[in-house]
Amino acid sequence: MSKKLLLTYDHIPGINTLEVYRQNNGYKSLEKALKTMKPDDIVEEVKKSGLRGRGGAGFPTGMKWSFLAKPEGVPRHLVCNADESEPGTFKDRYLMERIPHLLIEGMIVSSYALGANTSYIYVRGEYFYIIKILQNAIKEAYAAGLLGKNILGSGYDLDLYVQPGGGAYICGEETALLESLEGKRGNPRLKPPFPAVAGLWGRPTVVNNVETIAAVVPIVNGGGDEYAKIGIGKSTGTKLISASGHINKPGVYEIELGVPVEEFIYSDEYCGGIRNGKKLKAVVAGGSSVPILPTELILKTAKGEPRLMSYESLSDGGFATGTMLGSGGFIAMDEDTSIVKNLFTFARFYHHESCGQCSPCREGTGWMEKILKKFIDGKATMSDIDLLWDVQSKIEGKTICPLGEAAAWPVAAAIRHFRHEFEEYVKNPQSIHDVKHYFRLNNLVEA
Amino acid sequence: MTTTTEIKFSDSAQQQVQEILNQYPADKSKSALLPLLHLAQAEFDGWLSAPVMDYVASILNIQPIEVYEVASFYSMFNLKPVGKYLIEVCQTSSCWMNGSEDIVRYLERTIQAETGQISPDGMFQIKTVECLGSCGTAPMFQIGDKFYENLTFEKIDTILDDLRKENKRSRYV
Repeated sequence: MSKKLLLTYDHIPGINTLEVYRQNNGYKSLEKALKTMKPDDIVEEVKKSGLRGRGGAGFPTGMKWSFLAKPEGVPRHLVCNADESEPGTFKDRYLMERIPHLLIEGMIVSSYALGANTSYIYVRGEYFYIIKILQNAIKEAYAAGLLGKNILGSGYDLDLYVQPGGGAYICGEETALLESLEGKRGNPRLKPPFPAVAGLWGRPTVVNNVETIAAVVPIVNGGGDEYAKIGIGKSTGTKLISASGHINKPGVYEIELGVPVEEFIYSDEYCGGIRNGKKLKAVVAGGSSVPILPTELILKTAKGEPRLMSYESLSDGGFATGTMLGSGGFIAMDEDTSIVKNLFTFARFYHHESCGQCSPCREGTGWMEKILKKFIDGKATMSDIDLLWDVQSKIEGKTICPLGEAAAWPVAAAIRHFRHEFEEYVKNPQSIHDVKHYFRLNNLVEA
Repeated sequence: MTTTTEIKFSDSAQQQVQEILNQYPADKSKSALLPLLHLAQAEFDGWLSAPVMDYVASILNIQPIEVYEVASFYSMFNLKPVGKYLIEVCQTSSCWMNGSEDIVRYLERTIQAETGQISPDGMFQIKTVECLGSCGTAPMFQIGDKFYENLTFEKIDTILDDLRKENKRSRYV
């Protein structure tokens, strides 16, 4: 069995309530932090743990925390990024729905470490039922003296609020999230200044993903050194993986970083193999933004070594033969899947979600969707493949925020590894209609 | 003489407005805009008319344009009237792989309206949306704050029948 730090108690009935959560070691890290540790001690433990941001970028959390400016008399804030919107990713939703108090405990401990007295959890608006779960849990925590004034008699005060988004992928980008939390359109800000210096309302702010904040709880409980022993190399600890697509057992799995990809896909402990005895064709390993890899490259690196579920191993070979761990949104596709059609759904997504601020992204995402539609409609020519390549190459690195890259990378990777499929649709436009896109519904409705 | 209905939050909504405003420093009340727009949409028939947005602007003491530009940016705010139940069908990647196109076609046939149109009985409207974080339980749609997952045609029939009986406008808040 894989080591579990976050989803240890998620199947216990009533674990969403404060009472049951506390019976299962809940809020131990808060007592330890407030009674035995100084704020900087916690930052030190997080640094030692090697924890990296679990939202997708993988930036070391302890380092991010240590950048927080602390000018006299200016309030600081911790904002939790629960705007989970990367296609293929649903782990934060699972965590907040099942064990809301784990996030709240992590928020209190982390706020204490950063010296914040008012913190926010920004949840994507579509997750309104989750917002209600969190608000109930927060109410329980206030009633028990775990939030509010003088928490557990420590003299530390914290107010914690939940903020709904309005439906915008871009608000997962931390400065767009802050704009949104200020009641504005979610347009990412120019950096510098970074949020650590000028964030929410111009005040020093740390923005962390749900899973990152939850991981602070086991780090404080067991110590940073112990956490760093789990995992492999610089990929320390555990990671929540959202597994979906054509697998037997879709769902959220907590893995110890370093599990071989092959084991993750085929073992009954995780995905349980590909449905209907089909063969695996390709995997998007870390959410829609990361490069898609064909079976041979996702199971083994170009050097022939087993590919592991870790930051380093998944990116081995760069984008030529590798990919990224990203948010851990793991989408597996069987042999009948049309890579081009799936890519079209991604391109439509990014076009819809581009905030429109930077021309390369606003125009480029639209063109990519349009060109891919030509392939779907059987109207593409060979030169459209090169045109598509050209458009994606003109977005990367030319925008304020990484949405541009996120939109370009999947297109580039699909052409890089599956060019033959694009060519096939040009030579034989009918073939796209012959692809079996459907698993469960078996195409029962006539067009 | 023509009479216009006064736009005003119900007493319980007014109380919620106060709770929302308490979440921010007094001089940062614009932060309440998104929560207030959600509340307004729920209060006023599931969409945001210009007078409703003006009303929200007046509560926050900001210019109406500051509300319009925000309401038009986010996909959850409807700027036109909608069916009593807005069926938001996810169509991205994993949902597509698991048959979201069939779900849309089946829904269109069942409610007798194309995507984007309100059904003849005013009850339903299909809206295709991007990833709702339900990839492991695809295909799915959302109605109000409820997720309906692992959909089949039989399940859809039951869901729509139940909603017809319930006959209460869907809402997030």
